[in-house]
Amino acid sequence: MTINKKNELTNDFVIRFANTNGTGSASANHMFAKAIMRMGIPVSAKNIFPSNIQGSPTWYEVRVNEQGFLSSRGGPADVLVAMNSQSFARDLGDLKAGGTLLYDNSRQQDLTSIPENTTALGIPIAEICLKEYHDPRLRQLFKNVIYVGALAALLDIEFEVLKILVSDQFKGKEKLITPNIFALELGYQYAHTHFDCPLATRVERRDLIKEQILVDGNTGCALGAVYAGVTVVGWYPITPSTSVIEKFASYCQRLRIDPATGKKNYAIVQAEDELAAIGIAIGAGWNGARSFTATSGPGVSLMSEFLGLSYFAEIPVVLMNIQRAGPSTGMPTRTQQSDIIACAYASHGDTKHVLLFPKCPTECFELTAIAFDLADRLQTAVILMSDLDLGMNDHLCEPFQWDDERQYDLGKVLNEAELDAIEQYGRYQDIDKDGICPRTLAGTHPNKGAFFTRGTSRNRNAVYTERSEDYVDNMQRLARKYRTAAALVPEAQIRQQHQVADISLIFFGTSAQVIDEVTAIFAEQNLTVDSMRIRAFPFGAEVPKFIEQRNNCFVIEQNRDGQMRSLLINELNLSPHSLTAILNYDGLPLTARSVVRMISDARTVAPIRQGGQR
Amino acid sequence: MSYAKSKFRHPNLEVNDIGLTYRDYEGVVSTLCAGCGHDSISASIIHACAELSIPPHKIAKMSGIGCSSKAPNYFLNRSHGFNSVHGRMPSVTTGANLANKDLCYLAMSGDGDTASIGLGQFAHVIRRRLDMVYLVANNGVYGLTKGQLAATSDKGAKNKAGEISPFNEIDLCVMALQLGASFVARCFSGDRKQLVSILKAAICHQGFAFIDIISPCVTFNNQANSKRSYDYVQQHVSTGAVSDFVPVKDEISCDLPSGNYHDICLHDGSLIRLYKVAKDYRSDDKLHAVNMIEAHKAKQQILTGLFYVNPAIDTYHEVNQTSDTPLNQLREDALCPGQRVLKSINGSFR
Ligand SMILES: Cc1ncc(C[n+]2csc(CCOP(=O)(O)OP(=O)(O)O)c2C)c(N)n1
Ligand code: SF4
Ligand SMILES: [Mg+2]
Repeated sequence: MTINKKNELTNDFVIRFANTNGTGSASANHMFAKAIMRMGIPVSAKNIFPSNIQGSPTWYEVRVNEQGFLSSRGGPADVLVAMNSQSFARDLGDLKAGGTLLYDNSRQQDLTSIPENTTALGIPIAEICLKEYHDPRLRQLFKNVIYVGALAALLDIEFEVLKILVSDQFKGKEKLITPNIFALELGYQYAHTHFDCPLATRVERRDLIKEQILVDGNTGCALGAVYAGVTVVGWYPITPSTSVIEKFASYCQRLRIDPATGKKNYAIVQAEDELAAIGIAIGAGWNGARSFTATSGPGVSLMSEFLGLSYFAEIPVVLMNIQRAGPSTGMPTRTQQSDIIACAYASHGDTKHVLLFPKCPTECFELTAIAFDLADRLQTAVILMSDLDLGMNDHLCEPFQWDDERQYDLGKVLNEAELDAIEQYGRYQDIDKDGICPRTLAGTHPNKGAFFTRGTSRNRNAVYTERSEDYVDNMQRLARKYRTAAALVPEAQIRQQHQVADISLIFFGTSAQVIDEVTAIFAEQNLTVDSMRIRAFPFGAEVPKFIEQRNNCFVIEQNRDGQMRSLLINELNLSPHSLTAILNYDGLPLTARSVVRMISDARTVAPIRQGGQR
Repeated sequence: MSYAKSKFRHPNLEVNDIGLTYRDYEGVVSTLCAGCGHDSISASIIHACAELSIPPHKIAKMSGIGCSSKAPNYFLNRSHGFNSVHGRMPSVTTGANLANKDLCYLAMSGDGDTASIGLGQFAHVIRRRLDMVYLVANNGVYGLTKGQLAATSDKGAKNKAGEISPFNEIDLCVMALQLGASFVARCFSGDRKQLVSILKAAICHQGFAFIDIISPCVTFNNQANSKRSYDYVQQHVSTGAVSDFVPVKDEISCDLPSGNYHDICLHDGSLIRLYKVAKDYRSDDKLHAVNMIEAHKAKQQILTGLFYVNPAIDTYHEVNQTSDTPLNQLREDALCPGQRVLKSINGSFR
């Protein structure tokens, strides 16, 4: 068979795997992505899976790009590995004209709808497995490994890299190493014997990875919580947040067992629902232990009353919201950033919460650790706003780092001696004038510092009152505390030159993945781009400054209603004309192409007024 | 408004083993209606804690929302208290207890707070075997929201507004027994002697202790036809056994009483001494307890007393194998694995 070698796609292509849920393809696909990383080439991997557990189609898309453009590319793939005969015909539509199709031809497949100039490579994978393996489970499992072996030959992946990967992966389960390598070889040899390897679409070793790691954001959050000293967790399962807890639990089992007694330096409770989950976290925070819960949209709705309690009663707690699309029967396994308003103003009364927006797993780790310091310092709820794409997909990012000199900031908590030193303790006395009042923990002092925690019907000494003056006084102090928060949270990251660029972008969270590529595409059109990445709410002073220096900024977000734009306009008192929404809410990870298209459209429809309204 | 109580102390007030009088266990002056059963519960708590010589700052008062949940402000001023969210006290107490297992968690709830909005959390905190004392001040109505019928009201019960409870009652003691509570009792707020001794036993019990306390609401459910009025309860209350609490230090010195009694040894060595009233009374059999409760109900009687106790059950922390040091006291050295470990973790992602 001759292979089309015309379009050179070295280190720049997208390969899509079409599999069946529950067949073990995930780990084979992951191995494929890791092999490319180990060859020093930037790579990203995204799962696209329905919420069914077994039997339905799932897709895994790997983007290889040596410029480091690693967001979802969008559009059809260059290589399709079609392993699901049920979705086969439909999957062919995801292949580019002139692309490469790898499929199992043990059974006749209908190739009538194949795109033009496709190089169709059939391997009788099922037949090979039937011959080589007796155990039906292994037959199924090794199918995946065989196509990875074949891809190694076709894409020029160093076989040695795969062998080492397998040995690393099965460390401690040595019995599994040889059969896995054998399966890889089956695929590799078949491809070499039957096809003209390698393809034009292929990889070539580089040294672009350095220290970087390939990991999902939920692992970053979990490790961040371990390192930040979390001891209490309450939770209730919900995709895509569940793996935060699972990872936290498994790292704790390794790292948090008291060496002398064998006992646990942590407690994790799978609660009856999200109300109890956050209630547990808040109860622990009240008692001075670092605690968190993780959830997604529907859980946030249930936690809303408790978030208000945390705000008014001033109790530290961290909530990780791994956002997903819509309600429970919507697209629970698709990504979105659509809980911005729901979280910023969660609960009854005048409440506002601290939000943090990580962009990558490294930042999941760092901002999680910061979230606990902020929650303790500010004595309030801090919500980490991740999303499904960040939480559950593997991203190439800088390694996690911890400064061993770093100490936890447990905030203003008075100990026995400190209580002795003051004449009269009042829980809500704003001694430092930053809105943050020293708190005490139960059990600290035999006859000083005790108080009754409740909502707002209390005066500065935590004595019950319904006097309006006391209520207003307290609310004003809470507003003062919020201003303190704006100065403590991580600053927005601004990229700008001396002159204001042609296009100004504001974005947050996972939208960061597309920005370099968007900038590069606009550069080809001779347009300059500057940008501000928001990392926290409340907004620091740099945020309005950036916006006010410009006539118009594009706010990129992954929701329908432009929630961050609304929040900016509302909180900073901006003219709506100063911000143009660029919105993606189809549940799929953002692509640079779509952002460029939307911005270009917006620029032609409404040319930006010079000296326009602010 | 809260009123500070006079700090004046009668010079002859008895001091307990840690040098405190019962006044050191008081709270601020109650703002509940005069005659509210909840105030009698507060008074009993003050006496029980003073007599047990518990350092008040080692107690955490937990509650939800309701008149009953406000009550913790009216006892134990030297203890931290948490008036949390309606129906959610059990989860907050769970978190507090996980953070610091060395405090005594004394929780107060109402029948609305527990049997309606908080029924799920009630069930799960029992199942979780949290070491705590869970009190329900059961008045058959929602006091704080002005007298709506509560789910603990008997079928056919009428509130002051004349509404009739059309459905069967929820019996929280029966539920607690079924869900695995290791200490279950019912008391009447008006019977101080019984309440104080059962409270003491509940506090010393290691495990989940539940006491349903019939506590009349004088404002909304004390009318002639009410089944939660002082008069009705007094006329219909019956007990299986009179309980007495014998603290560890008194065990050897006290004279052995005469009569038909039975001792239960608690985890800390103190005793619950039960003088049988009913012939078939026993406290070690859940099924029997449920039968006793239901049999009395059939006779229009309210059975009180200690229904069930299992002094030797593993609590949450024993099941979880939590460290001996309370979790809220652990710091970086015990909690943070450090950069060296992180480096090797990073290695697993390459
Ligand atoms: C979420 C929520 N719903 C409703 C209320 C209003 N509410 C306050 S107390 C209460 C009922 C309290 O009844 P119970 O627990 O029996 O206490 P009691 O006042 O009778 O002692 C209700 C419905 C509330 N505070 N919060
Ligand atoms: S309304 Fe009823 S329950 Fe509430 S304080 Fe008055 S008497 Fe007590
Ligand atoms: Mg009530």
